[in-house]
Amino acid sequence: MGFLDTLLGRTKPVQPKLDDLFALPSAAVTLDAGAGFKPTGSGSVCFRAAEGRSFADVQKDVQDLLNTSSHAEGGLPVEVSKDEYGFTWLISSRMSDELEALVTDLHAVNSSLVDNGFGPQLLCTLVAFRDDQERRLALIYLYKRGTFYPFAPLSGERRDNALELQVKGVIGDDLKWEQDLARWFPVWGAPGM
Amino acid sequence: MAARTRYAPDRGLTVRMTATMFLLGLVFVAFIAAIIGIGTAYGASSSAIVLFAVVLGGGFAIGSLFYSDKIALVTAGAREVSPEDGPMARDLHAIVDRLCALADMPKPRVAIADTDMPNAFATGRNADHAVVCATTGLMRRLDKEELEGVLAHEMSHVAHKDVQVMTIASFLAIIAALLVRMAFYGELFGGGRRDNNQNAVPIWLILMAVSVVVYAISFLLIRLLSRYRELSADRSGALLTGQPSALASALQKVSGRIAQIPTKDLRTAQPLNAFFFAPAMHLSGGSGLANIFSTHPSLERRLEELNKIQKQLNQRAG
Repeated sequence: MGFLDTLLGRTKPVQPKLDDLFALPSAAVTLDAGAGFKPTGSGSVCFRAAEGRSFADVQKDVQDLLNTSSHAEGGLPVEVSKDEYGFTWLISSRMSDELEALVTDLHAVNSSLVDNGFGPQLLCTLVAFRDDQERRLALIYLYKRGTFYPFAPLSGERRDNALELQVKGVIGDDLKWEQDLARWFPVWGAPGM
Repeated sequence: MAARTRYAPDRGLTVRMTATMFLLGLVFVAFIAAIIGIGTAYGASSSAIVLFAVVLGGGFAIGSLFYSDKIALVTAGAREVSPEDGPMARDLHAIVDRLCALADMPKPRVAIADTDMPNAFATGRNADHAVVCATTGLMRRLDKEELEGVLAHEMSHVAHKDVQVMTIASFLAIIAALLVRMAFYGELFGGGRRDNNQNAVPIWLILMAVSVVVYAISFLLIRLLSRYRELSADRSGALLTGQPSALASALQKVSGRIAQIPTKDLRTAQPLNAFFFAPAMHLSGGSGLANIFSTHPSLERRLEELNKIQKQLNQRAG
């Protein structure tokens, strides 16, 4: 934010960075090879719905679009859920080997929100992984930063920090990591995990 | 490539805020000119006094800027909390986390004040030293989306660096107030030294008169600036969450209850008013004289502005 904006007390809503999301499929291969985590095939986009008809229309269009494409490929319809903080999650479920298709789905949500001027409403996107011991892991993409961080929930709202750091190490430079650990916020009970 | 956006700056607000700051600057320049004038007319002794006031006032300003977070937390009786400190702390952290991710801001520290007065504030000299605080009374009364609206407003204060802006703006008033006080005591105790200058108006009197005028004008301008900063924070906060009506409903809920607070709480809360979400000092009436002294715009004004944003969000993207 510039000096003038500070002086005049105005903040322009931050536009999302979308491109780095496409690094995910190749990082997933590295993750599987290095730590044994495989994609579950589900992923979700989380955004703060703006009030009013405009946003509701855009959201409906996105859902229709995704449903049509997944129906054509014999997939499941898109799920919508609202978390306890009022954020909306659109969950797309694919087969576990269709990570590229999943990322394309997620990107379709991003780009329609951005095209309709609602880009600043995007919060994060989440892609779920699991290993042989059924340990849960998510890679979360922060739209405003264009960075990823791992999230490994344990029962009772605890995080497996060791696993998170291990995953970061295994994937290494394949993803752009969020360096500020304070921004690795937990998404307890996130849909699609 | 410029992304499509629904964001439109509020030009009216920008113009009024610029004008206010310009006037404050003008008063500052006039004050300096008057001081220099007095200095040349009366010699070095007055310059020394003014210099002393500037150094002392500057010390106050810098001190309050650097310790603003600590001072505010102590005054409000708040304590910093981690997400593990119970369900209220968990929710507060979760909401702040999400707002920071939406706004691309570093996460401030989070504090809770255990009082039934529904209020929230954010302070700290910059985004890296910021602390956001909500009272238990606020969290009990508001649902999560309303609470989010209030916190988005507070985070906007952090993003706009309002603590810095208001401290700099208040600098002049602090110096003027110091000079009034020093002139007053100087008049009481320093009378004997002016025997050889009987015909002229005493320097103390002139200094005091100038300072009183400067203090009065800058006080009103600072209050005006504070009200504009509040409107800005409302605006940025509502645009951040995309939910102006949640903030509006929070404002309505909170403003209605302020009148019920016992006076003891009010007195302890007063120094913090400028950074509170809704001021604890209750000024009756929505218009007229009470308004020009208040740090926050009237409820009607704030709701009206939020209503505008609501319409703006619903328009086609430009």
